[in-house]
Amino acid sequence: MAEKDTSNKKIRVLLAKPGLDGHDRGIKVIATALRDAGMEVIYTGLRQTPETIVNAAIEEDVDGIGVSILSGAHMTLFPAILAQLKKQGVDDIVLFGGGIVPNEDKEKLEKAGVKKVFTPGAPIVEIIDFVRNEVGRNRADEKIM
Amino acid sequence: MSSGTLLQRFEAGDIRALARIISFVENQEDGYRELLSRLYRKPRHAVRIGLTGPPGAGKSTLVDSASRKMLKAGNDVCVIAVDPSSPFTGGALLGDRVRFKEETQGGRHFFRSMASRGSSGGLSGATDNVALVLDSFGFDFVLIETVGVGQVELDIVNNCDLVAVVLVPESGDAVQTLKAGLTEIADIFVVNKADRSGADRIVTDLTSMLMLRSGQKTHPTVAKNPNIPVISTDAVHETNLDELVNYFDSLIADRKESGEFDVRRRRQVLRKVSRLLQHRFMTETLQRSSSKAEIDRAVDSILAGKDDPYSTADRLFSETNLAPQSC
Repeated sequence: MAEKDTSNKKIRVLLAKPGLDGHDRGIKVIATALRDAGMEVIYTGLRQTPETIVNAAIEEDVDGIGVSILSGAHMTLFPAILAQLKKQGVDDIVLFGGGIVPNEDKEKLEKAGVKKVFTPGAPIVEIIDFVRNEVGRNRADEKIM
Repeated sequence: MSSGTLLQRFEAGDIRALARIISFVENQEDGYRELLSRLYRKPRHAVRIGLTGPPGAGKSTLVDSASRKMLKAGNDVCVIAVDPSSPFTGGALLGDRVRFKEETQGGRHFFRSMASRGSSGGLSGATDNVALVLDSFGFDFVLIETVGVGQVELDIVNNCDLVAVVLVPESGDAVQTLKAGLTEIADIFVVNKADRSGADRIVTDLTSMLMLRSGQKTHPTVAKNPNIPVISTDAVHETNLDELVNYFDSLIADRKESGEFDVRRRRQVLRKVSRLLQHRFMTETLQRSSSKAEIDRAVDSILAGKDDPYSTADRLFSETNLAPQSC
């Protein structure tokens, strides 16, 4: 129970599978990789709705949300999560993801506010670097008292 | 969307402000002690219930089912679920939320995953501070789930008003129930996954262990007999979950009536103050009285066979102004 005088801030990332897609091998690989890179990964499991994902991200006070979509429903689910973030007034949690996403969709999603969409073959190191460099940079600095 | 300081929003019931303040306290950012000082002075009423037991015993599922029962009864319930940090990378996979199902009926609900961050007692060093934050927010119950434990990770007992030890039919034979540690801290034993064979046997083993212990003088931290229930549950199918929650209520009521509730709280605060004092004294002794070089020289002398650790510690202690003055 040592109480230190310096900050112990860690990168916290929520990983989720939205929708009815049950293929979770990929997201487990990412979860383990981010864990091994020294981050705190909150894995929420399968069949999450955009509402539960955003609520969980708020409660867990994460820096970023990573979603994996292998079902082809990415053009529905990513925008639904973005809309939910907006509805809740959250503008400092980075949304990123991965899945079987055609290039034209990837461009549209990244234009719409998904920070980055990784497609099959993306090297793990690239994903780790992305999270390290791009996630958690925009956290609002709020006055406590 | 929101204005005011985090603390003002927290006091107004803003969940985002609550989540932020938890991080602030967990990360021990500048000013966290001042914030805690404020919170300690606020009115609070939450009961803290701990659930501990080996990995895979079903703690998360039990916490989820029990908390939904408590919510439906109209209580505001929050959960702190701790999972291990890697001692090598500092990273953690926090997976207790997988068992969490959203409950739309009843009171307010909040769930927070925490990494153990270097603590080896089954919790994180910041757990009690985070529980204080949640208590100050106005929750009725704080459920605290430890990492999967073995026999000696017992920090939970210093952070809760009531401890449930969760075991499974495979948790071992009668001799296991006689071993010290985990079995000594239970206010209630839960044998989960009771649909499996062997559940009755472990219930019997635990019950007879408790009978052996009854009437014996125990350490004040060790929960006393009589009245340590042993209950079998099947959390996935919510079998006996109502009974479990009823036990929580009646055990808390008993302990409040007998005064044990306050005794425990008192012991926990005393322990916290002495821990803080220890830490402060240690760091300041090392910082103030001796430069790093001086300690290095002392270590050299010990290694060279000219001094010993005991005399060195005595000398360092006597060099602080806290040592009794000789006359």
